[in-house]
Amino acid sequence: MEFNAIYVIVAREFKKFIRERSRLISTIARPLLWLFIVGTGMSRLVSPDTGVPYIQFIFPGILGMTILFSSIFSSISIIWDKEFGFMKEILVAPVSRFSIVIGKALSGTVVSTIQAVIILALFPFIGFKLGILQIIWVILISAALSFCLSAFGIVLATFYESYESFSVIMNFIIMPMFFLSGAMYPIKLLPDILNLISKINPLTYGIDAMKHVLFQFKTGTMSPDFLFIIDIAVIIGTSVLFVIVAGKLFERKK
Amino acid sequence: MAIITVENLVKKFDNLTAVNNISFEVEEGTIFGFLGPNGAGKTTTINILCTLLSPTSGRTFIAGHDCMKEPAEVRKSIGIVFQDTTLDKDLTAYENLIFHAYLYNVPKNERQERVYDVLRFVDLFDRKNDLVKKFSGGMKRRLEVARGLIHRPSVLFLDEPTLGLDPQSRANLWEFIKELPEKHHVTIFMTTHYMEEAEVCDRIAIIDNGKIIAMGSPAELKMTVGGDIVYIRTTDNVKTQEEIKRLFGFDVSEKGEELYMTCLMGDTCIPEMIRTIGEGVLSVRLQRPTLNDVFLKLTGKAIREEEASEGDNVKEHVRAYRRRQ
Repeated sequence: MEFNAIYVIVAREFKKFIRERSRLISTIARPLLWLFIVGTGMSRLVSPDTGVPYIQFIFPGILGMTILFSSIFSSISIIWDKEFGFMKEILVAPVSRFSIVIGKALSGTVVSTIQAVIILALFPFIGFKLGILQIIWVILISAALSFCLSAFGIVLATFYESYESFSVIMNFIIMPMFFLSGAMYPIKLLPDILNLISKINPLTYGIDAMKHVLFQFKTGTMSPDFLFIIDIAVIIGTSVLFVIVAGKLFERKK
Repeated sequence: MAIITVENLVKKFDNLTAVNNISFEVEEGTIFGFLGPNGAGKTTTINILCTLLSPTSGRTFIAGHDCMKEPAEVRKSIGIVFQDTTLDKDLTAYENLIFHAYLYNVPKNERQERVYDVLRFVDLFDRKNDLVKKFSGGMKRRLEVARGLIHRPSVLFLDEPTLGLDPQSRANLWEFIKELPEKHHVTIFMTTHYMEEAEVCDRIAIIDNGKIIAMGSPAELKMTVGGDIVYIRTTDNVKTQEEIKRLFGFDVSEKGEELYMTCLMGDTCIPEMIRTIGEGVLSVRLQRPTLNDVFLKLTGKAIREEEASEGDNVKEHVRAYRRRQ
C-alpha cells in the first residue's frame, strides 16, 4: 500500500471539493428538492396507515441519492482528469494502479459521506427522533455505500475518454439506479422484472440497511426488504469486486 | 554510459506502423533530441519509454531497467513534461508540486524544501500560492519542468516543450533547459519539430514515418548537407551562371532573380567569385545550413509543410484505435 499516494489523491479531491462551493450547493440542493417538494407532494397520495409518514419513508432513499450522485460525480472526475491531462501525471508515477483506485474511491467516500451527514442533520425537521447509536450507524453505512458507489463510478469512468459521455451516464445509469433502489417506493411493490433489476443494484442494499436502522418496524409494505446482515455483506462484497475490476481496467495499456 | 537504450522498437496501431524498428542509445548527462514532423512517431516512442504504452516488439531500457518488466523502477527514474499540460489548473503551483512529491514518495522532511528549490529554479517562487489557471503558457511549462525534477530523476523527457509558446517564452524556457544536465544531473530526452531549437542538443536523431533516418551531433548532421549555400545576383545571370560553372565547377541553379549553389567553404568562396565576375555583381549572401536543410535533404520535404495534414491524421488514427480497445 502506498499511503502517501493514497493520502495525496484524497487530499487533492477534498481541497477541490471545499473550493468549489457551487458543487457543494448543487449536490445538497437536489436531495432537498426531492425530500421537501416531491416528498410533500407524494405524501398526499400515499395512505397514512402504511406505518410511516411518506416523507420519513423516503429519507433513507434521499440519503442514498445524495451518496449516489456525489460518489459517481467524484469518480467521473477521472474522465475530466483524462481530458485535461492530469491523469497522465498520476499514471506515470511509481504508484500501483490499485493505490490509485483506492485513493480515488476514498476521495469519493470522503466527499459523499460529508454530504450525507449534512442531509442526515435534517432528521428533526421531518419528525424523526434518532438516538446517537442510530446516527453512528447511518454514518457508517453511508461511508460504506459511498466507497462502493465511488468504486463503481471508477469502473464506469474507465470506459469513457471524454466528458461528452456524461449525459449518457446520467440518463442511462444514475437515474435508473436511483429509481430502482427502493428509494421512492418499496421494491416489493415492483413488477418482477423491475424487482429483479433492483436486486442487482448495490444502492438498494445501502438504502435497505438505512431503513433497518431508521425504522422501528420490521414488517409491512414499507419495511426493509432484506436482512441487515445481507445488506452489509452485499455492500462490502460489491465494493471489493468493483475495486478489483477498476484496478484491472486501469492496468491495461493500449 | 548509456542511460537509455532502445533496441529494434516497433509499435503498430492496427495497420498503422507508428514506430518502425528503431534503435538508439542516449549517453548519461547529455541532451538528446528526437526530431521529426508531427506524426513521425516521437510521442509514441516517449509513451513507450514512459511505460504508458506497450511496444509491439523490441526492448527499451532506462537506467538499466527494462521498461516492460520493471515499470515501477523505470517510473522512479524518469520525469516527464508532456506535450499537453498535465497540471491541475484548480490547484496552486505549490499544491501541484507537493502532490507530486507525495506521489513519488519524497521523504517527509525534504518535501517542502525540494518544492521550494525547484520553484526558485524556474523563477516561480513568488507565484507559488497562485492558482495554475492564472498562469501563462510559458509559466505552466516552466512549472511542469520544475515538477518533473522534484523526485530527482535520471532522465527528464520533454515532449515538444515549447509548443504553443510565444518566442520570448520559448527562449526563456530554453535557458532553463540548457542548464539542466549540469545543475540537476539529469539526462534530457526531448522531441521537437522546431528544427532551430534542436541546436541545443548534444545529439540528434531525425525520425520520419516511424524510422530514424539520421543521427549525430547538430554539426555532423549539417555537414551532410554538403556545406554552405551562396546566393548571388548579377546584372547578367545567364552569363554568370556559365562562368561559375566553367571556372569553379559548381552546380548553379536559378531561383527568382538569384543564382544559388552549394559550396563547402562559402566564406572563402565568395571573394574569389566576386574577383572573377567583377563589375556585374549586385548582391551576395551566404546561408549556413540549418537542421531544416538536413531534413529537407533527407526526406525531400520541409518539416513543417505537412504539419497539419499528415500528423493530425496519425493522431486521429491513434485516438480511434484507443477508443475501440
